[in-house]
Amino acid sequence: MQKLLLVLPIIIPLGTSAILILTWRACRVQRWLSLLGSTALMVVAGLLLATVWRDGIQATQVGNWPAPYGITLVADLFSATMVVLTALMGFAVMIYSLSGLGIDPARESFGYYPLLNILLMGVSGAFLTGDIFNMYVWFEVMLISSFVLLALGGERAQLEGALKYVTINLVSSAVFLTAVGVLYGVVGTLNMADLAIKLHNTAEPGLVTTLAMLFLITFGIKAAIFPLFFWLPESYHTPPVAVSAIFAGLLTKVGVYALIRVFTLLFTQNVGYTHTLILVLSGFTMVVGVLGAAAQYEFRKILSFHIVSQIGYMIMGLGLFTPLAIAGSVFYIVHHIIVKTNLFLISGAVERLRGTYELKELGGLYRAYPGLSILFLIPALSLAGIPPLSGFWAKYTLVRAGLEIEQYVIVAAALLVGLLTLFSMTKIWNEAFWKPLPDTSEKLVAGAAANQNMGRMRVLVLPIIILTLLTILIGLVAEPVLLLAMAASEQLLQPSEYIEAVMGA
Amino acid sequence: MTSLIMRTATPLLSPLMVFFSIFLLLRGHNNPGGGFVGGLLAAAAFAMWAIAYNVQVARHRLAVDPPLLVGSGLLLALASGSVSLLTGKPFLTGKWVEIPIPLLGHLEIGTPMVFDVGVYLVVLGVLMIIILNLAEE
Repeated sequence: MQKLLLVLPIIIPLGTSAILILTWRACRVQRWLSLLGSTALMVVAGLLLATVWRDGIQATQVGNWPAPYGITLVADLFSATMVVLTALMGFAVMIYSLSGLGIDPARESFGYYPLLNILLMGVSGAFLTGDIFNMYVWFEVMLISSFVLLALGGERAQLEGALKYVTINLVSSAVFLTAVGVLYGVVGTLNMADLAIKLHNTAEPGLVTTLAMLFLITFGIKAAIFPLFFWLPESYHTPPVAVSAIFAGLLTKVGVYALIRVFTLLFTQNVGYTHTLILVLSGFTMVVGVLGAAAQYEFRKILSFHIVSQIGYMIMGLGLFTPLAIAGSVFYIVHHIIVKTNLFLISGAVERLRGTYELKELGGLYRAYPGLSILFLIPALSLAGIPPLSGFWAKYTLVRAGLEIEQYVIVAAALLVGLLTLFSMTKIWNEAFWKPLPDTSEKLVAGAAANQNMGRMRVLVLPIIILTLLTILIGLVAEPVLLLAMAASEQLLQPSEYIEAVMGA
Repeated sequence: MTSLIMRTATPLLSPLMVFFSIFLLLRGHNNPGGGFVGGLLAAAAFAMWAIAYNVQVARHRLAVDPPLLVGSGLLLALASGSVSLLTGKPFLTGKWVEIPIPLLGHLEIGTPMVFDVGVYLVVLGVLMIIILNLAEE
């Protein structure tokens, strides 16, 4: 039964998607079936996390061939947490789409739901796999469905964004495949637990560092770290908001997960070189991302640049490479996925009310919709790291970890970027919510008001409320989450338990 | 395209290709072949109708809506993997039954073959969606 829990996060979205393809064109049925599927996924993910917390790392060999030859699935606390977040974001976006406002009917009936489920399957698979080649396969599953979701609808801006996204990701996949090939040539295995053992006894430290750099490049592109991030702000604001919300929450984080996984389990031979490089890159990622956002006046584009900047924080913990720092990274990922998806969902709600994402054309939202404005303010302040919200604890943990090992430069950068993030969020607040509505936008508002429907708006706001409450909850009761992050970081830094679970299963 | 050669050859070749694709599918268990290449060949057989005549004829010959093939193929593959869960083995573990056939010995049928049939249906369905949509434009 416990072994089954490892497979279900992959089977459930696949089965849902297969049934959805059979009900092609029946939109209403698809909505409810997807919601059912993502609810089931959430229950299973929760059970998985509870099991891993109680009984330690879980592993299974799909097809019943023993490791290192079989298809290994393994869940430690980090990956189980990520699966829970995946399910939660899937659930939030499904409710959002249920309103019929998150995505337009034309796209909805053209395979939106089956693709979204395949995307969730790819993401869960990437988190659960214990084999580096299978990770490549799951990345492809995830990317191919994201290509279609991004281009679905075929608007001009969308295709332009999708072209950049597809091109850079194909390059990244090619590098990934090359790295996997060379790795197999050097070590003769691709099972990550087996690799961890064999890489530590290798006679060629130079080649291993080269491999580490190849993996840094490929996962760096997927995670959008400096200097390979430019594709993200170019593409994430183009698809319908439900799609960009799930992209913003999950996709880059799979890259971050992969980075943390390989740089704690496999490439720890030359920490002085590899992890210092990661630390430097994290600093640049933070600063460049936040400066990029300062120049933007489009709601979703600002948020996209902030994703880049936030990725910097997650990588910073990996670069510092102490137990507290890795725990900080895990905490940051948890906080970020919830808050960022939420902010994108809110931008969608704003667009529904006002008919535009341009800050210059927005205004007067606080006067007209004070509730929604508060719902924006909470995750925005959390993103900037204002206590007592979740972002504060995430940043606090990282900053403290940095101070402990006297890395003052990166700590200073992290604090400065926090300040600039606050500036950016204040800009959105001032422009969209506080200032009076510009006279020129009245036509837009009238246009948007024509197809408004209060009942549907309530459904649209429901996931926003859930995610906002979660942010507040994590902020107020930070200790259990911090304990979970600490335990996850301990498992990551002591790979022996992971190796034993896989090789013994 | 109206080519007399194509129009004469298609009714003869197409059934033969479908037949051969099924042969490839079944042979794939121990020899080169399998669901993927079988599905490709079957799709080629139906694509010939679209080239020689038109898309409507191809759709008519296929008789099933392509998305239906994809969905049922996925479910079939999923079901073949889940059989082993009932006996407490990990997902996708192969299970076999032997059916004795008088005079010929016995026939072994296993879940990997069912999985391959699922792959066959998915490949056929996806390719038909792509080919027929492109041919319609």
